[in-house]
Amino acid sequence: MLTSGRLCALRSLYVCGIVAAAGIPAAYAEAPAQILNGYAVQSGTAPVPSRGQQFFTTRHGREWACATCHGATPTGKGQHAATGKTIAPLAPAFNPERFTDAAKTEKWFRRNCGDVVGRECTASEKADILSWLMTLKP
Amino acid sequence: MNIRFASVIAYAFMALAATVLPGLALGEEEQQASSLTPLPKYRQECAACHIAYPPGMLPADSWRHILNNLDHHFGTNASLDPASVKQLESWLSTHAASAGRATIVPPEDRITRSTWFMAAHDEVPASTWRRPAVKSASNCVACHTRADQGNFDERYIRIPR
Repeated sequence: MLTSGRLCALRSLYVCGIVAAAGIPAAYAEAPAQILNGYAVQSGTAPVPSRGQQFFTTRHGREWACATCHGATPTGKGQHAATGKTIAPLAPAFNPERFTDAAKTEKWFRRNCGDVVGRECTASEKADILSWLMTLKP
Repeated sequence: MNIRFASVIAYAFMALAATVLPGLALGEEEQQASSLTPLPKYRQECAACHIAYPPGMLPADSWRHILNNLDHHFGTNASLDPASVKQLESWLSTHAASAGRATIVPPEDRITRSTWFMAAHDEVPASTWRRPAVKSASNCVACHTRADQGNFDERYIRIPR
């Protein structure tokens, strides 16, 4: 006899199995280090992690800092300042999905720098931020 | 005697149903709109900052206004590439509200200012909306625990303390 509860459990096992299987061979399009390298090359200077942290945690003449939603140390969950929705950890060591797609990274920098700084971030600022995020380890 | 009594009760129930049903009908509409599987692009692009709001909660005109102003999206920049915007516009307008009160464009295209939304939440006191765990009326999942799956069934409402 297969109860509906059991069916659900089976189904979730199946789904988890697919996710786990997909997670191994389907390597992400890019690695955070590659994306960082792209920004560093664009800016023509070496990234400075401490400057990235400073940028991330302070406000830039507007209502929100990056840290407002992501947390001052974005190794855990954050919360969207307007909607209250949970935001998954940003530091790549705590969330392997992060910074694995250059176009997605660009999209979010464009949106969020607009909200936090009121303009797009420079390649050097992006490199600083990402280099700092990559220093955060479990 | 008993039969007569029973029929009086039955009539009473029918009268009650007639007054309650219009409200239930809307609930069903919403339920139907909610059971729709979201377009993967919609989930990916729109459900990062908030839940994937069921398209049937707004009329097509509101979705179009929203998609054409994503760089000023309720106080945040949610800008998207034109191809994605087009794809979302087609899907959202197809599944937008097509009947009932949800077809009226609400002020500022806000779901939360729709007449049906305000009527459905008129018993929620202002202090509840302000609770840190709720924060905003746009945070459906704070109380509708399965809202992220498009399920707004009353059975799954848990109002946080």
